[in-house]
Amino acid sequence: MKLTRAVEPWTVEPMERFVNETAARLTLLMTPSGQVLAQHGFTRAVDVMAAASLGAAIVSSSSEMAKMLSGSPFPALSHQGRNHGVFLGSCDLPSQRLLVLVVHDAESSVGLVQLFFEELVRDLAAACPPPESKKLVLAADFERELNESLAALFGR
Amino acid sequence: MTLSFTDALERITRIRGVRGAMLVAGDDGLVVAESLMEGVRGNAVAALAASLAKRLRKACEAAGSGIPSFLHLQAEAGTLVAVPAPDGVLVVAVGDRDVNVGLLRLEMRRVAEAVV
Repeated sequence: MKLTRAVEPWTVEPMERFVNETAARLTLLMTPSGQVLAQHGFTRAVDVMAAASLGAAIVSSSSEMAKMLSGSPFPALSHQGRNHGVFLGSCDLPSQRLLVLVVHDAESSVGLVQLFFEELVRDLAAACPPPESKKLVLAADFERELNESLAALFGR
Repeated sequence: MTLSFTDALERITRIRGVRGAMLVAGDDGLVVAESLMEGVRGNAVAALAASLAKRLRKACEAAGSGIPSFLHLQAEAGTLVAVPAPDGVLVVAVGDRDVNVGLLRLEMRRVAEAVV
């Protein structure tokens, strides 16, 4: 069963390579506002939406705290639990800034995730298409695009 | 006898042919302390050595051999040696292909017992 699904096809190969190398259980690639571009390991839409929103909120709040403390945001955050760890990293691609949320268990480690996150950033930067001029968002297109994104992420 | 991290690493790196030594958090794969020559990627070695040690431990346990006490990888251009220490720390050394592995093993086991 294919566990990696993406709205943006250029993200699939870097994501799959990252997941294979790190043995991460769950991976989300999203925009700073929590819009999901690709996911690995999630089976329910509600879980993806919740994880993306919470991940984006954590990065946003910690960035503000970092600005208050040192002036520049934290490049990555790591939360370690007894059985699972959560890693949140950000990367600046030529066209946009993206966030990566990774959940790993004892099969992997935060060291491996950090190591291959650097490769993921390089792979995404190489695969990322050049920036496009912004299109006008039309209400008529919104629902269709939302349904297309959900179909791409969950194969429905 | 207990050793500081600096003393522990120095005992390993003074062996001829050793290019670097590290104390690695075994579960996390993160560097605790390191003394490396230029060109050795400490974070990569730490993460991958810890992952390897974890998998080898599982393999040894599955084979009924108990917990491994010494890992030695001989590669084309060098050697990687790891010794698990108490409290989940892994003592890792990177050396040339012709490093004296016997001496290295002895020193690393001493360090593993003495480091806190």
